[in-house]
Amino acid sequence: MKKLSARRRHPLAALVVLIFALAATGGLYTALAPADEAKAAKGSGSSLAIKEGKKLYAVGCASCHGTGGQGSSDGPSLVGVGAAAVDFQVGTGRMPAQKPEAQAPKKPVKYDQAEIDQLAAYVASLGPGPNVPNKSQYDPNESDAAAGGELFRTNCAQCHNFTGEGGALSKGKFAPDLGDVSKKHIYEAMQTGPQSMPSYPDSVITEKGKGDIIAYLETVNSEESDSPGGYGLGGFGPVSEGLFAWVFGLGVMVAVAVWVAARTAKAKKS
Amino acid sequence: MSTESTTKQSGGEMPRQRKAPAGERVADWADGRLGIYSLAKANMRKIFPDHWSFMLGEVALYSFIIVILTGVYLTLFFTPSMAEIEYHGSYVPMHGITMSEAYASTLEISFDVRGGLLMRQIHHWGALIFVAAMFVHMMRVFFTGAFRKPREVNWLFGFLLLVLGMFTGLTGYSLPDDLLSGTGIRFMEGAILSVPVVGTYISMFLFGGEFPGHDIISRFFSIHVLLLPGIMLGLLVAHLILVFYHKHTQFAGAGKTNRNVVGMPLLPVYMAKAGGFFFLVFGVISMLAATFSINPVWVVGPYRSDQVSTNAQPDWYMGFSEGLVRIMPGWEINIWDHTLVLGVFIPLMVLPLVLGAIAVYPFIESWVTGDKREHHILDRPRNAPTRTAFGAAWIAWYFVMLIGGGNDLWATHFHLSINAITWFVRIGFFVVPVITFVITKRICMGLQRHDKEKVLHGRESGIIKRLPHGEFVEVHERLSQEDLHTLTAHEQYSPEEIGPETDEQGVRRKVGRSEKLRAKLSKGFYGENSQVAKPTVEEYEEITSGHGHH
Amino acid sequence: MSSETGSHDNVPDDEKLPRAHEGHGETATRGEDPFANPGLPPHENRVQDVDERAAKRSERTVALFFTVSMLATVGFIASYVAFPIDKIIHVWPLGDISALNFSLGLTLGLALFCIGAGAVHWARTLMSDVEIADDRHPIEAEPEVRAKVMEDFRQGAKESQLGRRKLVRNTMFGAMALVPLSGVVLLRDLGPLPKDKLRHTLWAKGKLLVNENTDEPLRPEDITMGSLAFARPEGLDPHSEDYNTEIAKAALMLVRIEPDDIKDKQSLDWSYQGVLAYSKICTHVGCPVSLYEQQTHHVLCPCHQSTFDLADGAKVLFGPAGHPLPQLKISVNKDGYLEAQGDFAEPVGPSFWERG
Repeated sequence: MKKLSARRRHPLAALVVLIFALAATGGLYTALAPADEAKAAKGSGSSLAIKEGKKLYAVGCASCHGTGGQGSSDGPSLVGVGAAAVDFQVGTGRMPAQKPEAQAPKKPVKYDQAEIDQLAAYVASLGPGPNVPNKSQYDPNESDAAAGGELFRTNCAQCHNFTGEGGALSKGKFAPDLGDVSKKHIYEAMQTGPQSMPSYPDSVITEKGKGDIIAYLETVNSEESDSPGGYGLGGFGPVSEGLFAWVFGLGVMVAVAVWVAARTAKAKKS
Repeated sequence: MSTESTTKQSGGEMPRQRKAPAGERVADWADGRLGIYSLAKANMRKIFPDHWSFMLGEVALYSFIIVILTGVYLTLFFTPSMAEIEYHGSYVPMHGITMSEAYASTLEISFDVRGGLLMRQIHHWGALIFVAAMFVHMMRVFFTGAFRKPREVNWLFGFLLLVLGMFTGLTGYSLPDDLLSGTGIRFMEGAILSVPVVGTYISMFLFGGEFPGHDIISRFFSIHVLLLPGIMLGLLVAHLILVFYHKHTQFAGAGKTNRNVVGMPLLPVYMAKAGGFFFLVFGVISMLAATFSINPVWVVGPYRSDQVSTNAQPDWYMGFSEGLVRIMPGWEINIWDHTLVLGVFIPLMVLPLVLGAIAVYPFIESWVTGDKREHHILDRPRNAPTRTAFGAAWIAWYFVMLIGGGNDLWATHFHLSINAITWFVRIGFFVVPVITFVITKRICMGLQRHDKEKVLHGRESGIIKRLPHGEFVEVHERLSQEDLHTLTAHEQYSPEEIGPETDEQGVRRKVGRSEKLRAKLSKGFYGENSQVAKPTVEEYEEITSGHGHH
Repeated sequence: MSSETGSHDNVPDDEKLPRAHEGHGETATRGEDPFANPGLPPHENRVQDVDERAAKRSERTVALFFTVSMLATVGFIASYVAFPIDKIIHVWPLGDISALNFSLGLTLGLALFCIGAGAVHWARTLMSDVEIADDRHPIEAEPEVRAKVMEDFRQGAKESQLGRRKLVRNTMFGAMALVPLSGVVLLRDLGPLPKDKLRHTLWAKGKLLVNENTDEPLRPEDITMGSLAFARPEGLDPHSEDYNTEIAKAALMLVRIEPDDIKDKQSLDWSYQGVLAYSKICTHVGCPVSLYEQQTHHVLCPCHQSTFDLADGAKVLFGPAGHPLPQLKISVNKDGYLEAQGDFAEPVGPSFWERG
């Protein structure tokens, strides 16, 4: 007991207590937080899908986008956005939006793929728009990552950064990191231009060009991409490099300097 | 003289000569031609004081040497040319892309020369640490007052080295001709164009025509590898000669005075410590380059003037200028068919002002104090509250601008609005230095008061004693003479008074405006509100003789 | 006088010298001054100074450092030979990195660091750590020296007759002042004069708008609502030597906005069915602006965040840009392709003095 009370006065004691407290809070939260649940019956077949989709739409989307998808003050019109837009927005969890903010961020997905397909079928029935791409479009057998890189730097890097790490837009909006976005969703985003992002129809970037861009992102910003020079510090360029040079580089130099200049321990006087 | 000694030696009158070991004979040979013995006599056992903060300049010196060594290696492979070629080298994700030879040869260094990537990364990390080390070294010199007479000139040499280091860095990271650095050059061109009257001419002359043209990389190359490093090397040698000549400063302490320097001799201790430190610095930077990627130009892509990426920032030492430009409102005045591009030109002019503010401070201080004596004992920052507060305010100002330079990254990482950050920086540019100044000064005064307390009443021992009449007091332990000396060794200036405006004969004396300003500044620097009078012997003796009343 | 110290109480007056004096810096332990400098404390031995076994341990540690350094250099050469340059290995937590860069850097770093560590440990534990005080001497020369130098200088100046022979002096100054001019003149060919180069781009009446991505000329229907396209003038080859210089002025950004939403009258007139062509080059310092937020029609520059409203003649909404992005007047030719109606009406890119 005595030992503990002595240690309580240690300068680091407060820090240790704080870390324990934080860990405990976090653990409790994970244990008690309600799991996401949104499951419903599945359906298939085109007209059946539209019907099922309409039901889902009425429950989950109509309050903002209007009962017929015509839009309201809280959400844009969905007429003509196409199945691809639904597959992207709902498939990445951006929709349904949780609260009004600068932009709807990526969240855990609320619907399963069958339900998303039904919703997409319903929205596609409201007006012609881009379809959900198939695998040969977003993951072609032959692609040219170099050409994709060139296209990426012309069309995408201004918002998403050289390697798709993301970046800031005005007033709290942002272009997200593309590192963990599936190929299909990247393709759909280029097709449909979700939220702030402009669209790149096939007349602007061809189908092959889109496939090349996806191949380029796979090379530079994915689980498999190499970073020959070592840890990439997030890929944000000179700001993170400068911060690291100051904190770590100079930090180590000062630590070494302290060692070099410090007095050597004296022998105890006997 | 020389003939005399030759005859003596040939006459065989110096038997020592024959027996002397080889090393000594070589030294004798060199001395006869270079006079190395007189040099060694003065310097071999030169004393250097031990303090970690005195080694920050060495970090800068060594990283400079490292950067030169690796830089020479890089020139063996780099092609400073803007001729456009189609790439077909080892890095597959660039196959078939049109790029300049400069960019292609940077890819070659990274992917085809074994160890080339390591050299590039050591060079770049070394450069970042070089400038950072110069910065903190300068701050050490500033906050300890080491810039005072006789070291003002060396302060300026050091300051010039910092500025030149920044521009050498700028011209260096621009060489690969990649999309990131090319954007930086474009920014530079825009800034030059904003200069009234001559802007377009300077731009045309620098780029050999319109931006980007075909010349800028090769011109930057000779500036980066020849012109600027050449000047820097000269300044560096002068800087070091002066350090030797002035002998190092030291902190106050037992046995240390303004007339001596206490420490370890160059041979052997500092030879080993400073020499060893070079290897330590080199080793750390090498390991950094082995594990952390820097400026991976291969994913950045070659420069094309119609392409851009977000996170377009310069290396950190140029970050404050980036911040200045980002926060400036877009003022533009059109008069008589001419345009004054204030939105760019003002930041361009503030940039030298920011750097200049810290550079001229020593001269302002010496003017205010009128002190003509040499100072070799360093100040503790708390004992010069106005100077410390000014330095802290300057650093705060600098960092506000750095934050402005990275506003997009702060926005995405802290989920803030970029517009809000920009506004914060705009206001902070004016407010933060003032607040920092006031707070720092107060902290310094508090610390001075604490020191005074310690001198007069001793240090708190943590032992509580109960007095006979029931009162509890904490026992204070008296300081050793060494500590008493250290805490009272600093000088205090008293504010200057303007003498009577009329002399004895009643004739009005002219008091110049500058004299009035000086008196006012002096009061601000050293008045009652700017320092705590240090304890006097009388105060000390009165308290210690009246023992136990506390 | 402000230069006087405020600590008279502690200063033995007779110690006051014209320079290099301070509060009570001298080691004098005279008088009763409790704050006086007590002088260098006696040297205290380190463990290594009194215990030869400890010193031996230090010696072995130093030798170990140097040995590790030698081994690391051997490792460096071995890695140079062993690892192919393109070999990628996974190193936790750094990721997939170059084996060669990693091994060369670590072995080189270790070899260097150990030399340094060995030398410093040697200095700290085995070399004498007795502090020595060295005297300083004033930097300023003694008055006699100063007088001698001044005298020598006067003598030399007199012997040169520079002061007496005004003609020699003046012509010499003249010659010295003029000679650097040759150097300045030589700089003239660094570049051409600006003339009106910054006022013109490759755009001209009838030039088609070529899609940067597909190399095909654009038609109005290619640019759908909410999309973003980039164009260059026809005839400009992206692989040509001058491409970068030309596109630095000619780069074009195309968007389509509902004509009813276009607030600026001239902007509407210069568009075609809501398709607007703006210069992609920021009017601030020339970065390619193109962070187009299609919902608000705002375009942002990634370099300094100047924000322009494309629905309102590219008016500046925020940031350091001083004037709107220039718009290119476009139309459609008889084959249905978009074409320019002429060059930009004003200089594109950053402002400059002659812009007006």
